[in-house]
Amino acid sequence: MNDVALSATGLAKKYRLGNVASYGRLSESLWNAITDPFGRKHTQDTASDFWALRDISFEVPRGSAVGVIGRNGAGKSTLLKILARITSPTLGRAELRGRVGSLLEVGTGFHPELTGRENVLLSGAILGMRRAEILRKFDEIVAFADIGQFIDVPVKRYSSGMKVRLGFAVAAFLEPEILLIDEVLAVGDGEFQKKCLGKMSEIGKGGRTIIFVAHSMPAILRLCDRAILLDHGKVVVDGPTAQVVRRYLESDLGRIGEWSAPDYETALGDDVAKLKSIRVLPLGGGNPEEIDIRKQIDIEVEYWCKNPGSLRPSTNVHLYNDDGVCVFINNDWNDRKNWPKAVKAGSIVKSTCHIPGNFLAEGRIILTVAVSTFNPLIAHTVERDVVAFQVVDRSEGDGVRGEFTNEWPGVVRPMLDWDVESRPWKK
Amino acid sequence: MSPDTVAASGSACGASQELVVIEPRHGWRELGLREVWSHRELLFFFVWRDLKVRYKQTVFGAAWAVIQPVALMLIFTVTVGRLPNVGPAGIPYPLFVFAGLTPWTLFASSLGGASNSLVNGEAVITKVYFPRLLLPFASVGSFILDFFISLGALAVVMVWFGRTPTLEILWLPAFTILALVTALGVGTFLSAVNVKYRDVKYMVPFLLQLWMFGSPVVYASTLIPPSLRTLYALNPMTGVVEGFRWALIGGDRPDDLIFLSAIASVVMLVFALAYFRRVEQTFADVI
Repeated sequence: MNDVALSATGLAKKYRLGNVASYGRLSESLWNAITDPFGRKHTQDTASDFWALRDISFEVPRGSAVGVIGRNGAGKSTLLKILARITSPTLGRAELRGRVGSLLEVGTGFHPELTGRENVLLSGAILGMRRAEILRKFDEIVAFADIGQFIDVPVKRYSSGMKVRLGFAVAAFLEPEILLIDEVLAVGDGEFQKKCLGKMSEIGKGGRTIIFVAHSMPAILRLCDRAILLDHGKVVVDGPTAQVVRRYLESDLGRIGEWSAPDYETALGDDVAKLKSIRVLPLGGGNPEEIDIRKQIDIEVEYWCKNPGSLRPSTNVHLYNDDGVCVFINNDWNDRKNWPKAVKAGSIVKSTCHIPGNFLAEGRIILTVAVSTFNPLIAHTVERDVVAFQVVDRSEGDGVRGEFTNEWPGVVRPMLDWDVESRPWKK
Repeated sequence: MSPDTVAASGSACGASQELVVIEPRHGWRELGLREVWSHRELLFFFVWRDLKVRYKQTVFGAAWAVIQPVALMLIFTVTVGRLPNVGPAGIPYPLFVFAGLTPWTLFASSLGGASNSLVNGEAVITKVYFPRLLLPFASVGSFILDFFISLGALAVVMVWFGRTPTLEILWLPAFTILALVTALGVGTFLSAVNVKYRDVKYMVPFLLQLWMFGSPVVYASTLIPPSLRTLYALNPMTGVVEGFRWALIGGDRPDDLIFLSAIASVVMLVFALAYFRRVEQTFADVI
C-alpha cells in the first residue's frame, strides 16, 4: 500500500483582486451575468490577477507532522484552504489519502444562541464527526473544556476564554487521519494552550498525519519534524524543521546573530554615522539561535564616524519580541565616561550593550539599530529588523520560573532580588 | 471530470482508504445529491440548528407558524374575499384561502431562508469543507415542522366549516413535496447568486409578494383567461396550490396545471443544482 498521505503537484491559486475585493452589484454586471453567466471570459489573465500560490509540490508520508511557515501573505492559509477543500486551486492537483479533518479556527460552526452542549454537537458534526461518535465522547469533551455548569448556557454569554476552551475541546477529540491546522493554538490562556499542545503531540504520536500552519516557532519546533517555508506563494525550502526555521528567521527578519555592511561607500547613513556591523554575542560563545536564558548577551555595534561636527550621536538598540512589542530601547550614552570621548571624526565607534542573563523572556528578539542625535533629532542611520536571535529557557529549577514548567507569560523574565523574612506570630 | 471523493475498500493496516482528489474543476458536474445523502447526518444537524435558533428567545415560539397564515387568512377574507367570483362557489372563502396559504407559506418561508443560507453561513463556509448544498437544503427542511403545525391549524379550519377530507387527501404529500422541490430549486439558485450579488436579499421579499399574486393563492385559477392558462401553469406554485387545495377540498382535479407545474419545478431544480455546483468552488473566495 501507498504510505504517502498527502501529495501535492503544481498547486497554484489565482485571485482576481478587482472581483474579490468588492461585492458585485447586479446593476454593475448584469450584462456580464447575461452574456457570460459562468465567468468563462474571466479565466484569462488580467492585470489585476494575483497569484497567491504558484507551483506548490510536496509529499507527506503517513504519520509525519509537517509545519508550514512564512510571512503574512506568503500563501500559507491559501495552501491550507485548498488542502481543506474550502477553496479550489486554479492549477495543479492534490491527493489526500485518509479521513481529513481541518481546524482553521477554534469553535468552527458555533452559534451564539445555542448552549455549550448544543454547540458541541453542532461543531462536532460540522468538523466531520458522526453523531454516535460525538455522543460517545461527549462527557470527555465537556471535561476537557472545563467550563462546569456553563455547558447549558448560550455561548453568547461565554467569556472569550471559555468559548476557546469549548471549541478546542471539540477539536481535540476529532480523530482524522490527516489533520490540517491553522494558527488555532495562538489563542487561549497559557495553561490551556499547553494542554492543547500536549493533545496535539499525542495526535502526532498516534500515527496521524499533520499539516500545521503557525507563526509560533516553539510550537512548530516541538510538533513538526519537517517544515516548508513559503514566500510569495512559492516553496523556498522544504526540510528539517530547525533548518527551515533558521532560514525563515534569516530571510524574513534579518540575519541570525550578525550583520555587516559590505563597505563604507554603499553603507546607508550620512557623514556622521554609517552602520558597519552588528553582532549578538552570548557570553562565553554559543549559537545566537538558541541562547540560554541564563546567559548574558552582548550586542556589539560598530559604525563609521567620518565627521560628527558639533553633533553628539549615540548608538541605540531597539529590541522587539515576536509579537512586535518593544521590549526596551537603550543608548550607549549610559557609558557616560567614554561616550563623549569615543565619538570623534575619522573613527570607527564600537558600542557594546550588555543584557544580563535572566532578563529577556523566552522567544525571538528582533533588533533595530540606529545611530542618532537627539537634540536636534536626527537619525543618521537606521537598520530596521536587522538581526534576530532566540532566547531559550532551559533552566532547571535555577531560573526565574523555578520548578514551574508551564507557560510563563511576560515581556521580560527578570530575576529580581527579593527579601524574605519571618517574625513570630501569636493569636 | 472526477468525483470529489472516491471511497475505496478497506486496507491492510486498518487505516481507511478514503481518497480525496483536489483539482481545478471546469464545466458541469453531477448534481451532488449523492454527497448530500452521504452527509445526511450533518444535514439533520443543520436543520436542528435552524429550528433551535429560529425560536430561541421568542415568546410564542412555533406558534408563529400558525399566527402568520391565520392573520393573512383574516386579512384576505375581509379584503379580497369580498370581491365577486374570486373563489369557486360552494367553498367558504376563509377555508379556500387558508388551504392556499398553507403550501404557499411553506414555499415562501423556505425560499426566503434558503436564499440567505449561504451568506448567513459565511463563517463555516470559509473555515471547513462540507457539501455546500446542505445549507440551502437544511434551510428548506427546517420549515417542514412549521408546515405541519400550520397543517394542524388548517384541519381546525376544515372542521369549523364542517368539511371532512376524502380519499384525495392521500395526494397531499405529493403536492407538499412539489412545493419543497420548487423552494429547493429557486432557493438553491438564489442562495448561490446571493453569494456574489447581495441584491438577492432585497429582491426576495419583493419577488415573493409578486409571486403570490401570480399564483392562485387568494383567488382561483379559473379567473385566469384560458389563453394564458398554459403560461400560468409554468409557474410551479400554480400546480402546487391548486393541487393542494383539490386534495383537501375536492372539485375537479386540475390535471393540466399539475402536470406542467411539476415539470417546470423539476427542470428548475435540476438547473439550480447544476448552476450551484458550477459556482460552488468560488464561494469561499467571493462570499
